[in-house]
Amino acid sequence: MKHTIKLLMIFFAAILISCGGKEEKKDDQIKLGGTKKEVKKEPAESGSASDDVPASERITLDNKGVGEVKDLPLNPEIDQAMATRGAEIFKTNCTACHKTDKRFIGPSPKGIMERRSPEWIMNMILDPQLMVEQDRCAKDLLVEFNGAAMANQNMTFDQARDILEYFRTL
Amino acid sequence: MKKSNYIFSSLIAVSLLFMGCQQGSDKSGNGALASSAAEKVYVAPGEQDEFYAFLSGGYSGNLTVYGLPSGRMFKEIPVFSQFPTSGYGYSEETKPMLNTSHGFIPWDDLHHPDISQTNGELDGRWIFVNGNNTPRIARVSLKTFETEEIIEIPNSAGNHSSAFITENTEYVIAGTRFAVPVPQRDMPINEYKGNFKGALSFISVDPESGRLNLKFQVLMPGFNYDLSHPGRGASHGWHFFSTYNTEEANSLMEVNSSQNDKDFIAAINWKKVEEYVNNGGGTKMATNYAHNVYDEHTHTGTSTMKKEVVTVDPTKVPDAFFFLPTPKSPHGCDVDPTGEYIIGAGKLSADLTIHSFTKMLDAIENKKFDGEAYGIPILKYEDVMAGVVKSGGLGPLHTEFDGKGNAYTTFFISSEVVKWEVGSWEVIDRKPTYYSVGHLMIPGGNSRKPFGKYVVAMNKITKDRYLPTGPEMEHSAQIYDISGDKMQLIYDFPTHGEPHYAAGCPAELLASNSQKIYRLDENKHPYAVTDPSEARVERNGNEVHIYMSTIRSHFTPDNIEGIKVGDKVYFHITNHEQDFDVPHGFSIIGQNTSELLIMPGQTKTSLWEPKQVGVWPFYCTDFCSALHQEMQGYVRVSPASSNIELSWSLGED
Repeated sequence: MKHTIKLLMIFFAAILISCGGKEEKKDDQIKLGGTKKEVKKEPAESGSASDDVPASERITLDNKGVGEVKDLPLNPEIDQAMATRGAEIFKTNCTACHKTDKRFIGPSPKGIMERRSPEWIMNMILDPQLMVEQDRCAKDLLVEFNGAAMANQNMTFDQARDILEYFRTL
Repeated sequence: MKKSNYIFSSLIAVSLLFMGCQQGSDKSGNGALASSAAEKVYVAPGEQDEFYAFLSGGYSGNLTVYGLPSGRMFKEIPVFSQFPTSGYGYSEETKPMLNTSHGFIPWDDLHHPDISQTNGELDGRWIFVNGNNTPRIARVSLKTFETEEIIEIPNSAGNHSSAFITENTEYVIAGTRFAVPVPQRDMPINEYKGNFKGALSFISVDPESGRLNLKFQVLMPGFNYDLSHPGRGASHGWHFFSTYNTEEANSLMEVNSSQNDKDFIAAINWKKVEEYVNNGGGTKMATNYAHNVYDEHTHTGTSTMKKEVVTVDPTKVPDAFFFLPTPKSPHGCDVDPTGEYIIGAGKLSADLTIHSFTKMLDAIENKKFDGEAYGIPILKYEDVMAGVVKSGGLGPLHTEFDGKGNAYTTFFISSEVVKWEVGSWEVIDRKPTYYSVGHLMIPGGNSRKPFGKYVVAMNKITKDRYLPTGPEMEHSAQIYDISGDKMQLIYDFPTHGEPHYAAGCPAELLASNSQKIYRLDENKHPYAVTDPSEARVERNGNEVHIYMSTIRSHFTPDNIEGIKVGDKVYFHITNHEQDFDVPHGFSIIGQNTSELLIMPGQTKTSLWEPKQVGVWPFYCTDFCSALHQEMQGYVRVSPASSNIELSWSLGED
C-alpha cells in the first residue's frame, strides 16, 4: 500500500511540475529594439590576455574579434577612392571621440593597422557592444578609456570598410 | 478502509489537477469560466503586446500610446500641448506648431484619434486628432510618432464631430459643435436662431505626403454637430453627423436643447459637394487661420497664415444634404463595417436608433420627405429607420463593431457595455463598467475590418478602482475579452488625461515601420553641425548662436566664454548618435523654457537669456552612458559692457 501512495505522490508531483511550467519559454535570446541577438550564456572570450601591457599598446593581430566579419583579406594596394570616402565618414561619425593626432575620448586610429586585424576593426565599428561583451581586448580598452563605451554609429559594412581603408593611409 | 479512502481522494485530487491544467491551457476561451483573466493580459517580461492603442488625452492636449492586452503605457505624443519632457512647444523648432489666429496657444482639448485607411482598412500611415477648444486638426506620423502638421479650422467652435477620416483617407472631416456667427461679428447672443451657422469642414489629405488642405466648408443651419462617421463600402462618399440643439437655444441649454423629441443625423454626400466645388461652386470667403507643418529633415515647424476658405451653401447643391430624424439628442453616430447601418445613440434615451443606408437612398429617390429645415429635406423617420435596439440600459453614447456581426455600445448612465447583434437588434450580453463609461474602442472597430478580440472601455469616473490619490484621479479604463460569446472583464488600468476616444491596430502594422534614428546625413537643419569640427559660436548683435554637437558623453564645445548679460543665446544642438534609443538632453541653469530631448541625428534649439553675471553650468538630462554625470559644460556670462571675446573649446582644443 505504501508503494501505491508513493507512486501517487510521484504522479502528483509530475502533474504539478507540468502545470507550473506551462507556456514558459526558456530561450537564450536577448531582445534589443525588436531585433533578436543570440548571446551565449558564457561568452567565449577571444584574444589572449596580457595584463601588463595596456590594451591600447597591445599587439593582437591574430585576433579577429567577435562579430559578423570573419575573414577580410586586404589588397596590397590601398584603394584611394574608398579611403577618401572613409575619411569623410570618419569625420562625421567618429571625430567627436577619435582624433588622428592624439588620444581623445577613445584611442587614435593612427597606427591601428599595426596593432589590430582588419576583422577586429570592422567588428568593433559594426557592433561595439558585442565586442565589449565578448572580446577581451575591447573590454580592456573600455576600462583603459574610463568606461567611455564606443557608440554604435549604425554603419553599413561598406561604410565601415571605407573607414578601414582610410585607416590604412594614416 | 482508511487507506482506500485516501487513494480515492487522491484520485479525485489528481483528476482535478488535470482539469485545472486543461482549462489553464485553453487559450481560445469561451468566456469567464474557461481561462483566467490574468493569463490573458499577462505579457511576460521581454515579450511585446499584440495591439497598439492610441488613447486621446482629452484636456492633456496630447495622445497616449498603450499596448493591448497589457494596458502598459509606452509613450505620450505631444500634439496640442507644450511638453517639457521633450521640449515640444518650447524649442524654437516646435513653437510654430502651436501658432493659431489667436496667437500662440499652448494647450487644447484632444478628443478623437482616427488611423488612416485604405479601402476602409487601417493602413497605419498616420493618425489624425482634433483639438476641440481652439479648433484644430493634427496629423501624427505613425513612423516617427511625432506631430507633423496642425491646421486651424476657421468658422468653427468646439471642433467635436472630428477628426474622422473617409475610407481612402481622402478627407479628414471636422464639424463644429457650437454654432457661431459666420463670419464672426459683434451681435446680440439672443439673435442666435436663424443667424448662427454650423461649419462642417472637409480637409483633403495628400495621398503621398499626408499634407492637409482645407478644401471647403459647408455652412449648415446653426445646430450643434456632435459626432460623425464616414460611410464605408456602399455608403462610401457619404458622411453622417449627429446633431443636438436643433431648437437653436442659446441659454440654459441643458433644458432648452432637449425640447425636441427628435434631433437629426445629417447625411452629406460629400462626393457631390466635392464635384460642385471642383467645378467652381462655392463662395470664397476671407478668413484667417494657421497652417503649421513640421519638416522631418529640417526638424523644424513653420507656420503660415491662410486668408481664404471656400464655403458651400447646402441649399445650392441638390441631392447632397438630408436630415434623418433621430430621437433624444443623439451623441454617437457610428457606421457598421458594411456601411449599411448608421447607429444613432440617443443619449437621453434607453434605445439606439439604427438607420438603413439602403432605405435612406430609397426615401431620397421617392422623395419621402417630412418637411425641411432651412431648405434641407427631412426624411421620414419610419422610412429610413431599420430598427431599434431596446437595450434596457440608460444613456447610450458610442458603438464599435467586432467584424463578426456584433456591435458594442457604451451606456453612460447605467455604466455598462452592451453587446448586440447587427440586423436582429437583439441584446446578447451586458457587462458593467467602473464607472460611467464614455467611449469604447475595438482595434479597427470603426473600419471595414475590425480586429474583434478586445474592447477597451474608457470611463469618466474612477472612484474606488485604485489607491486614492487625493481629489483628482486618473480616469479608469477596462479591457474586456470579446473573443467568446460573452464578454469577460480581464483588466483595469488608469489612463492619462481624459480619453474621449481611442484607435487601435495590430502591432505588426506599425512596429516594423517605427523609425529608430534620424540619419545624420539627412539632417537639413540650417543650424545643424554634422561634423564636430564645425561646432562654433557666432555673434550677431546681441544674438549668439551656439552650434553644438553631442555624443556619449560630451558636448562640443563644453567651455564657452564671451556671452554677456542681455544676450539672446540660441543653443542649436545636434545629437551625433546613430544608435537606437540614445537621445541626449540639454538644460542650462535659468532656462526659461524647458529642457531639450534630442533624438539621434536630430537638431533642436533652446533660447537662453542670461540675466546674471557668472559661470553657469549646463548638462545632459538623459542618462546616456556610464559617463553621463560627466556630460556637462560651462558658459561664462560677463557684464553687458564687457569686452571679452567669444571663445569656445573642448579639452585643450
